[in-house]
Amino acid sequence: MAEALLFPLGLTAVLLALAALAAGLDAVLVEGPAAWRAPWQETARLARQRRRALASADRLLWRLGGAGLLVAALLMAAVVPVGGRPVADVPVGVVWFNAMDVVVWAAVWCLGWGANAVHGLVGGYRFLAQALSYELPLMFALTAPAVAAASLRMTDVAAAQADRWFVVEMPVAFLVFCVGVVGFSVHGPFAHPAGADVHGGVLAELSGVDRWVVQAGRYALLAAGAAFGAALFLGGGTGPWLPGWVWSLVTTLALLAVLVAGRRLLPVVRPDRFVEAGWLVLLPLTLAQVFVVSVVAVLRAGGA
Amino acid sequence: MTDLVTDPLRLVEVVAFWALAALAVVAGVLVFRWDSMARVTYALATSFVAVGLALVVVDLHYIGAVTVLMMVMEMAIMAVFMIMFMGMNPALMPMDMTHRKRPAAVVAVATFVVLAGGALLVPWERLADPVPGAGSASAVGEAVMGPKMLVMMTVSPLLFATLVAGVVLASHRTRYDRLGDDLRRRPADDPQPGGVGR
Amino acid sequence: MSLEAVLVVASALFSVGLYGALTQQVVVMVMMGLELMLNGVILAVAGFWYFLAPEPTGQVLLLVVIAAMTVEMAMGFAVATLLHRSAGTDMVDMATELSG
Repeated sequence: MAEALLFPLGLTAVLLALAALAAGLDAVLVEGPAAWRAPWQETARLARQRRRALASADRLLWRLGGAGLLVAALLMAAVVPVGGRPVADVPVGVVWFNAMDVVVWAAVWCLGWGANAVHGLVGGYRFLAQALSYELPLMFALTAPAVAAASLRMTDVAAAQADRWFVVEMPVAFLVFCVGVVGFSVHGPFAHPAGADVHGGVLAELSGVDRWVVQAGRYALLAAGAAFGAALFLGGGTGPWLPGWVWSLVTTLALLAVLVAGRRLLPVVRPDRFVEAGWLVLLPLTLAQVFVVSVVAVLRAGGA
Repeated sequence: MTDLVTDPLRLVEVVAFWALAALAVVAGVLVFRWDSMARVTYALATSFVAVGLALVVVDLHYIGAVTVLMMVMEMAIMAVFMIMFMGMNPALMPMDMTHRKRPAAVVAVATFVVLAGGALLVPWERLADPVPGAGSASAVGEAVMGPKMLVMMTVSPLLFATLVAGVVLASHRTRYDRLGDDLRRRPADDPQPGGVGR
Repeated sequence: MSLEAVLVVASALFSVGLYGALTQQVVVMVMMGLELMLNGVILAVAGFWYFLAPEPTGQVLLLVVIAAMTVEMAMGFAVATLLHRSAGTDMVDMATELSG
């Protein structure tokens, strides 16, 4: 019984620590090495700041949207096996992750809508347009490892990579998955819904604890996505010499660092420009990837 | 009731089910009580999520997760339509957008009495013994794509026809608007130019 | 938790949806009512499956209901958009040209 309580608490602590690391790295990359303290300074500042709200803001949806990001990230992380053991070994872990990343749609839109201000609203609609473009490629990218492992259970997908990591077999799916993770974290090239041209978009009216929760939620989504990607494509805690949980942690940290650093290399993509790229380029590519993976899986199983 | 005391897991299941059931019904009622279109849409989404999680409680893992996934996505898009078509704010312009309330209430209550009464009075009996793993994703896949693929072959064309028909009905621009009368204009004339230049 | 309990909850969902579908004047709100009715149907089918015949093939019915729901939504919005553009209305009472 004690374990049933301690395990989720430990997961929450680890996810928040990863989010803090990601935020620190992000600040260092943008502002230079002296900025490593930035997330902690921001935390201290926001903890003391009084919360503001606009007249007739829809507080219910606003608060739910703000908390939704962090909650979705935690529920994603709950099915990630760390060294072969997840907090919740859901039989359909892959579908569960997908359902949680769709919850982010609702959360970000409610965040933009709830403040009752124009910049937030613009940001919310931008995010929906962006989400419609990355979601289907992301779904098929998630399908590929599940097909190869012949299971939707995350522990099975991780175990299936004992002799070869899936990133080697399905690089396209891995790259598209990374695009999706950066997309639902509203980060880097996909930060247009929170863009400077609309004064922070969905973040524009947030202050105090609300702002902290949303920013923590964004980095936690990035961290949960990295952890899930490490389990799905980067061996899932299988590797030589070291124990499984070390491999899980190392691959997660490496992928998280790459996702954060990608921000420096790529410009922000406008959702209206990304729609065609998502539907006409990424979607056919992932479909071809799933097709190849399926054929290989059938041949391996000794099928027709 | 004795097995609930002896088996804490069963107790958790029962409590979870009733909490989700209450949430589903309350959110469903709020759909027609609230004025804000955003709230209305997400109340319906909440109702669906509660039912989806209730499906997980009764071992339908795959369909439960898919219900949550699909309905949240559908309602996120639906909110856009709701606000587009009902852009008025009832708080600013008080007006009643309902009709035939009394007969509708009579019909709804009568329906509930008949359905719930039937549910309580019919002597239900088990038609088949539980199959281990029947709720698993692979079992669903076998059922849909198994011998003869009947379901898949029926539902796929239907969904495809829906896609085409929906676009044809809703779109007010044709390819002649995009590509000119001789279909030779490149790049196409779109109100929103895309990223690939098609 | 028993089959009766599941079915009573499903009946409640169905009846609330029915009330909404009958009273609302705006097309999209009528669709909300229909969705809620189908939500009740999904719960009822799941209950029947779990308590009466938990075998693999029974779940196909659920998938078909969900597919029917998506078709209803897509066509509903398409027609609503068309009405909105051609007649400038979104009320069911005013869309009389559909009723011959």
